[in-house]
Amino acid sequence: MSKPIVATTSLAGCFGCHMSLLDIDERILKLIELVEFNKSPIDDIKKFTKQCDIGLIEGGCCNSENVHVLKDFRKHCKILISFGECALMGGLPALRNGIPIKECLDEAYLNGPTVVNSNPDKILPNDDEIPMMLDKVYPCHEIVKIDYYLPGCPPRADLIWEALVALITGNELKLPYEVVKFD
Amino acid sequence: MSEKIKFTIDGKECFAEPGQNILDAATDNGVYIPALCHMRGIKPAGSCRLCNVKIAGRLMTACTTPVEHGMDIENDIPEIQGLRLAIIEMLFVEGNHFCPACEKSGNCELQALAYRYQMMVPRFPYEFPVKEIDASSPKLIIDRNRCILCKRCIRSFTDENGKNIFAFKKRGHKLQINIDAKLSANLSDEMAQKAMDICPVGAIIRKEKGFDQPIGTRKYDKVPIGSDIKSVI
Ligand code: SF4
Ligand code: SF4
Ligand code: FES
Repeated sequence: MSKPIVATTSLAGCFGCHMSLLDIDERILKLIELVEFNKSPIDDIKKFTKQCDIGLIEGGCCNSENVHVLKDFRKHCKILISFGECALMGGLPALRNGIPIKECLDEAYLNGPTVVNSNPDKILPNDDEIPMMLDKVYPCHEIVKIDYYLPGCPPRADLIWEALVALITGNELKLPYEVVKFD
Repeated sequence: MSEKIKFTIDGKECFAEPGQNILDAATDNGVYIPALCHMRGIKPAGSCRLCNVKIAGRLMTACTTPVEHGMDIENDIPEIQGLRLAIIEMLFVEGNHFCPACEKSGNCELQALAYRYQMMVPRFPYEFPVKEIDASSPKLIIDRNRCILCKRCIRSFTDENGKNIFAFKKRGHKLQINIDAKLSANLSDEMAQKAMDICPVGAIIRKEKGFDQPIGTRKYDKVPIGSDIKSVI
């Protein structure tokens, strides 16, 4: 049997979840024996070159690009896993969810203390090349179907490892109390 | 000594003092029933419904129901555990719970319950309600994003002079917790800490005191909530 293929991405996240994935230490050697990576910042493959078995999603959706990438992952991956608080519930980027988007943009480009005198033409970013901000930050499962969730900020390396191994080997997943945490 | 009341929880024989509520009696018998709004020693409110148990096929809140002779109580059964998980999930989507940035994280009872029930993600859509923070008091911050309206602060906390400093304002889904800024300014550090500890979540936070316990050393980092319950009968 050929190796399962894994893809990963960071949407509106800080890359901390990917760092935590690397934090499995020397087990990374075992991981590359167990799986093959496709589109992922880990191997720098930018576009899907084949259908994948597992997609790991870090970060929620804060702009149109995030939604596009997430839908692309759903299309190319049999199983999608949201990992980390941002993917699960929006995380810190979702702190803006109670503030109207216009106010956020005005603060960032017109009125904020670091920009107030440096944007005399009062330009807000508005170019086809630049992804559109969404009205709020969405958890991934409110955009596409997500199959599994791994909470944590970041999810503990042991949680990511145990979950991946259980999924790949088909063994039962046993989670010690200490590994499922929200911070 | 008055006659003990005999009853069972999930088939286990238990004993209670006359008039004792099911929740306190269960605790004394070493049986864990989850609770958020109840605190031993204060009048039960029955508002969070986490302590739901089944008696003769009916759901009852354990904190408000006195034990009766021969009661057979169902507690640890899939139906009730499922209901409790659903309540926990609802509390998470109803407020704004950014645990990674919360001073109470690791010591929070709501979060600890989510851990105990292995909540990976709430099944309900997030509401992201708009809530105000009141930081006007020099000692305490009131973060309504995290308040679960359990009333523990109102029911059990008074200042050194016996005055209430917490109260509810508004009604329905606008209901919110408020603090008397003037009275709270006079609180000693110990009393401010007591107020913070009464709140099961991170809605009452001491100023200049956040994040002082390293991860791994906090109350619920290593052991689930309820693990300290032991029979005293
Ligand atoms: S109050 Fe508890 S559940 Fe809410 S954000 Fe703080 S730690 Fe998390
Ligand atoms: S502030 Fe805390 S103790 Fe008071 S009602 Fe809200 S959650 Fe309960
Ligand atoms: S603990 Fe009984 S209803 Fe809240």
